[in-house]
Amino acid sequence: MAINWYHYASPATFHPLAGRLAAAFAWLAAALTAAGLWIGFVVAPTDATQGEAYRIIFIHVPTAWMAMFIYLVMAFWSALALGFNTRLSAMMAQSLAPTGALMALLALWTGAFWGRPTWGTYWAWDARMTSTLILLFLYLGVIALRNAIDDPRRADKACAVLTLVGAVNVPIIYFSVRWWNTLHQGASVSLTSAPKMATIMLTGMLVMTFACWFWCIAVALWRVQAIILERERGAGWVAALPAVRET
Amino acid sequence: MGARDSDDHDGGGTDAFAWALRRDLAIALRTRSELAVQLLFYAIVVTLFPLATTPERNLLSTMGPGVLWVAALLAALLSLPRMFALDQADGSLEQMALSPWPLPAIVSGKIAAHWLVTGLPVVLLSPIAALQYGLDGTAIAVLVAGLALGTPVLSLIGAIGAALTLGVRGGGSLLALLVLPLYVPVLIFGAGAVDAVRGGLAVDANLSLLGAGLIVAALGAPFAAAAAVRIALD
Repeated sequence: MAINWYHYASPATFHPLAGRLAAAFAWLAAALTAAGLWIGFVVAPTDATQGEAYRIIFIHVPTAWMAMFIYLVMAFWSALALGFNTRLSAMMAQSLAPTGALMALLALWTGAFWGRPTWGTYWAWDARMTSTLILLFLYLGVIALRNAIDDPRRADKACAVLTLVGAVNVPIIYFSVRWWNTLHQGASVSLTSAPKMATIMLTGMLVMTFACWFWCIAVALWRVQAIILERERGAGWVAALPAVRET
Repeated sequence: MGARDSDDHDGGGTDAFAWALRRDLAIALRTRSELAVQLLFYAIVVTLFPLATTPERNLLSTMGPGVLWVAALLAALLSLPRMFALDQADGSLEQMALSPWPLPAIVSGKIAAHWLVTGLPVVLLSPIAALQYGLDGTAIAVLVAGLALGTPVLSLIGAIGAALTLGVRGGGSLLALLVLPLYVPVLIFGAGAVDAVRGGLAVDANLSLLGAGLIVAALGAPFAAAAAVRIALD
């Protein structure tokens, strides 16, 4: 039996589904976080060269990956919003932006805390750090543009165009920053020669990555629920919701 | 809107481009003092850096390419709101969007005019600014070549940002937040070319990448900017 995707393209039918999915992903994320942290803090051994400080990768690497991945997902929803003029796609893009910005910020923050004991500095103009910082600026630009436009439908489309232009630029920015970095070697420290990671460390990192991923999904779905309610507050189905009727 | 008799196979694209280019150039030439102010802004920013750091020659020639490029970025940014805002205010932008001519072609003409009146003067002024920073002949030649390839990209990408922030709260500073991160590759390749030639390396790669960026931006940006204009007029 084919699933009727268009059925869930309507905010009214997606709202309850988002609530159920968000709860499921939140529980999964909680369980995986517990498992991942247990592996990270208890099972995984102390690193021979970096000592205990390396353990921050269990949160640093997942957030860095999510920061990049969420931008792609946002671009996907933006393309759908522009191509098919579906309101829900734009709402998904809107709900992902703050989570993506948070992930980029966390990646930079934890990276700084890892860099202090390991590299001896909070900030080095490393290619990945610099491009993550620019990615954070792109997220903040999308959020700022959204906040500056009063009409939500215009904001949807404007943010979708901006996100897609940004998505074309992200690989170019990353490439250019890498290029710049290799021409100015010496100032920063390279990690490319780091020894291979132990399997248990890799396992912990992957478990934490899934935990982070599911948490992002749950939060984005909760936020999209709020966005739907805010935008559809005049609609009959919102007034008929049990939680609304009681108040 | 101009004569429409040569409107043929390309749907009036070249006509629209030429018309918008001529029109925006004529408007710009009537407000010459505004253009002079933008060029002065570039000159002043370039003057501020040695005052803020040191007049020491070696250091200045190291910083020079980067400073001149950042100043070019800021000068481009300063002039961006002009591109569409005045036309939106007097309603002519809406007429352009309603015309049978393809909007991306009109937008391309406006972008070309914007570069001719804001980007080109910066390119022409940059050798003098480079002399202040003690760059030698080859470095200046590479700087000018880089700016000639890179400043059109600034106008092209900037047009998207200018159209997105049309009539939006806090437009000017928002425009900076949207556009400056997208300018990063141009800055890196442009300033990197001068660095490379000063370090005795080949500059072909940097200039080729700038040229590639110009082609991609010229093909894509007018469509994105036109879409943004339509969104702003909705």
